[in-house]
Amino acid sequence: MKKQVSSLVVRRLLIALITLVIVSFAVFFATALLPGDTATILLGQSATPEAVEGLRKAMHLNDPAIIRFLKWMAGLFQSDFGTSYANNVPVATLIRGRFVNTMKLAGLTASIAVPLALTLGITAAIWRGTLYDRIVTVGTIGIISVPEFMIAALAVLLFAVYLKWLPALSLTNEVKSVHDLVRIYAMPVMTLTFGVSAQMIRMTRAAVVETLNTPYVEMALLKGASRPRIVLRHALPNALGPIVNAVALSLSYLLGGVIIVETVFNYPGVAKLMVDAVSTRDLPLIQTCAMIFCLGYLALITAADIVAVLSNPRLR
Amino acid sequence: MTYSTSSERLGMRLGYRFNLVGMSALGIILLWTGIALFAPRIIPHSVGEIVDTDYFGPMSRDLWFGSDYLGRDIFSRILMGARYTLGISLAAVTIACFSGVALGMTAAVAGGWFDSMLSRFLDALNSIPSKLFGLVVVAAVGSSIPALIGTLSVIYTPGAYRFARALAVNVNTMDFIVVARIRGERLPYLIASEILPNILGPVLADLGLRFVFIVLLLSGLSFLGLGVQPPYADWGALVRENIAGLPFGAPAVIFPSLAIASLTISVNLLIDNLPRRIRDRGAE
Amino acid sequence: MTVNLVEIRNLRVEATTDAGRRVEIIKGVDLDIARGEIVALIGESGSGKTTIAMTLMGYARQGCAITGGEVRVAGMDMVSLSEAERARIRGTCVAYVPQSAAAAFNPALTIMDQVTEVARIHRFMSAAEAQAKALLLFKALSLPEPETIGNRYPHQVSGGQLQRLGAAMALIGQPKVVIFDEPTTALDVTTQVEVLRAFKSVTAQHNIAGVYVSHDLAVVAQIADRIVVLKDGTVQETGTTDQILEDAQHPYTRQLLAAFRPKTQQRAPDHDGATKRPLLEVDNLTVGYGPRSRDGQPLINAVQAVSLKLDRGRNLGIIGESGCGKSTLARAIAGILPAHAGNIVFNGRELGKAGRNRTRNELREIQIVFQHADSALNPAKSVGDILRRPLTFYHGMRGKARDARVNELLDLVRLPKSVRHRLPGELSGGQKQRVNFARALAAEPTLILCDEITSALDTVVAAAVVELLKELQRELGISYIFISHDLSVVEAICDEIIVMYRGQKVEQITTTRLSAPQHPYTRLLFSSVPKLDPDWLDNLKQDADELRAYSQR
Repeated sequence: MKKQVSSLVVRRLLIALITLVIVSFAVFFATALLPGDTATILLGQSATPEAVEGLRKAMHLNDPAIIRFLKWMAGLFQSDFGTSYANNVPVATLIRGRFVNTMKLAGLTASIAVPLALTLGITAAIWRGTLYDRIVTVGTIGIISVPEFMIAALAVLLFAVYLKWLPALSLTNEVKSVHDLVRIYAMPVMTLTFGVSAQMIRMTRAAVVETLNTPYVEMALLKGASRPRIVLRHALPNALGPIVNAVALSLSYLLGGVIIVETVFNYPGVAKLMVDAVSTRDLPLIQTCAMIFCLGYLALITAADIVAVLSNPRLR
Repeated sequence: MTYSTSSERLGMRLGYRFNLVGMSALGIILLWTGIALFAPRIIPHSVGEIVDTDYFGPMSRDLWFGSDYLGRDIFSRILMGARYTLGISLAAVTIACFSGVALGMTAAVAGGWFDSMLSRFLDALNSIPSKLFGLVVVAAVGSSIPALIGTLSVIYTPGAYRFARALAVNVNTMDFIVVARIRGERLPYLIASEILPNILGPVLADLGLRFVFIVLLLSGLSFLGLGVQPPYADWGALVRENIAGLPFGAPAVIFPSLAIASLTISVNLLIDNLPRRIRDRGAE
Repeated sequence: MTVNLVEIRNLRVEATTDAGRRVEIIKGVDLDIARGEIVALIGESGSGKTTIAMTLMGYARQGCAITGGEVRVAGMDMVSLSEAERARIRGTCVAYVPQSAAAAFNPALTIMDQVTEVARIHRFMSAAEAQAKALLLFKALSLPEPETIGNRYPHQVSGGQLQRLGAAMALIGQPKVVIFDEPTTALDVTTQVEVLRAFKSVTAQHNIAGVYVSHDLAVVAQIADRIVVLKDGTVQETGTTDQILEDAQHPYTRQLLAAFRPKTQQRAPDHDGATKRPLLEVDNLTVGYGPRSRDGQPLINAVQAVSLKLDRGRNLGIIGESGCGKSTLARAIAGILPAHAGNIVFNGRELGKAGRNRTRNELREIQIVFQHADSALNPAKSVGDILRRPLTFYHGMRGKARDARVNELLDLVRLPKSVRHRLPGELSGGQKQRVNFARALAAEPTLILCDEITSALDTVVAAAVVELLKELQRELGISYIFISHDLSVVEAICDEIIVMYRGQKVEQITTTRLSAPQHPYTRLLFSSVPKLDPDWLDNLKQDADELRAYSQR
């Protein structure tokens, strides 16, 4: 049995690896397709053709695409992410600080969203069909259906414009106290939390409802077990796998939401960096940021898959 | 039983029971579709015309939703914006689901290396977060309407494929498929006549869901400045233009967002409340 | 006059359909059970037997509700108690033995955990006492390795063992009434004998009263003191076991009994069988699954070197328990699952192993009918569409001629023409199976493979289907290969019977020689089929060595 389990896990990891290669291929080629000759953009419109050609040679832009791809991949492995076109600074330096900022945002969001969503999701499933459940369901559908910028805008409207409790923009270098921390992080985190929780609540509720509809839960009921006992001892052990799966998948939603939230609140994170890089066509920066996102996404999805596989009780 | 979709063969069987929520949702969707089709004829003010000396003006009898950052009528701009939001999303979702379902069914029935290769490839595409993919590709190929439609279709085809394939695989294991195969039936017949009718209902529901995703992604891209470009504007672009009005609580920012929400929530509600056929054996 | 332990008066249960309509499914039922008495609830599917049994715990399944009457168990009316009070009674006073123990056990918890859980819920025994009691029960139920079986998880234990563990789980609380919900329906006959014996001894030992729900009169005759016959939510007849078996009054009861004693047909012996060419000859067929090893052997050999011969106009039965390979053999003959060794000769010509290696005509001549009619008929197509397709495909028929033929086919299988417009989901199990047949007949085959076609049907409906098969054979001269695990059905229709065990053909006998099987497994199998004689189980003598060798416990 142990061998079967480890072989299944290894298979999933291998698939993730292959996927990563395909994805990096896709990222590279999509960015390489960016219009406008890079050399011309960097030198400006008034540059002479010889200067442009010289720069192209220096940047190896005339090499066949495959060679450039492999060189880039090699560079990634050696932690050489290239130099930003826009400000001639190593990409790594640019990203480092902002990456930490985004991680702070994501971490804060996750630490609030996960307990909140799990509680709401599980309780909504236990009391399914009641008014409480209906409210939760309608609420989550509502939140999932609307764009993140709308949630952000509503948060700003409510807390910054009408209540005037919080500032509309986040400036992290002004953090001098916990109070400041709350004021600055509150809205971005709140916006993100809404979105992530809504997803998680829906999936968790579905997972728990599914385990509550099984014959063995009915059997427990027929043995005279009380509702808490049925949920805790019978349903949850079986729902654990799907719930962890749901958590991982919902956290991957963060990767999209953070792009909007950082833009709306002008938060200095990696996502905002990437959006700016796209407007300036800063290739190395775009590529590296994209790879970070894809890696994170892939890691979460693979983790979710592996947990789903491991949680099958028949593998003991 | 996911393939029991005789209940969703619209218009072919009598005895439907619609509920109120589903009907209202359908109403809203039809309303926006009508608006999108006839927008140029019904807008009170031309979209480019500056009608208010005051920008971010409040709602008034003349300007129902107020004025935008340049003094133009937001109401008219929203009505016109419906054409872009709905049009692009509808086109993209049709292409995505059509391709996804066709490929999914073929992969499920044909099996073998075709299925493995295609699934592996499309799963990899699915592993790229959609906003990111959208950002990068749109930056690469531009934001023209056809380019947007193309990008959105490509992003959401793998999801439609996966879903359709999973359904088709389930149907494929049924005995009636074995019966058809052993009769000597070929692939096209199996797909079109035996499998498709059984997955049509869930597939249409999935189409609705995907439509919502696409509307949200398009709006997000436009909000970031990478979607529909000026002088045209979809609802997301309208929010972007007028974001400066947010600290003032201007209706110019709120109403486009509400428009998006009304569309997406209606589609979600419609899917959740699809009419169920009254199937009652005891009535015979 | 002692008061009965269980008294049900005028019980009414309503169900809410998909569309929101409320239908009464139990229409005023009265029932009594005395102390230590086992009462059987007999009926076909939809008769309401499980629903009635569950009301003894005050429980109704999702969508159903008890709307009237009284259910008194040891003086308490389950209908009027609160949910909390009912919970106190469940497991202690009334216990439930589930129909599918495999589904009723939680896959994430150990067996001992679940068997003793009742003690923890109701706190009438310490953990150590509960475990000791469980051990005693395991031994009383003849479970293997009673000391360690409790430490295993449900998926590590066989079906028959799980069924008995389900009984242990119910008996731990020393209930006064036990509900047995079709506990042996899903088991092989050889396992069923063992489980029945275990139940009988344990209930007698503790003087337990019980309700035994089943559709199998023969099984029920072994264990029940009284029988209640149900149909459509009402009681048709009640009586002691002897009364019902020998002197049934109600026509429905008589119909049920008749279905249990199918008439063996009188077959005219075939005179020139030696000179006529056989319709089908299978020679040393080997069929397997999984990747091939170096010498071409697949990983799992489902059918090993089986040979058989079928003459035109005659019927062959293949009988065996689950996993013996009989369905695989049928699929190999049909070309669905290609054999990898041996050959199949039909009408003098060798057939390709896989369907795609056969001509359309060869595929047409051999048709296969499956067990589960709901998955064998496309739910999105009307009956008319389903029947029209083979007519178009095989015979190129169109238009009026085709429609006329569809009507003819429906006639042949004794279905009304109006069925043409219905979807399979609107038909009953028996009707669906007939449509299944009509589709096979549309091809105008010479041989029809019947793969457990009656196993999913109620006994009365199944008997009718078997009659239909006989008629069709008389009218159209088709031959059948009839696969089943149910000996009585096979006896009724087949001239020769092949017995299979673990992929191998164990014996071939003619129906007339049924009483003298040679092979030990055949003897074991035939002797395990319950008979309508209340003393059959007690008198059954099976060789212990044979049991051990062949039973797939």
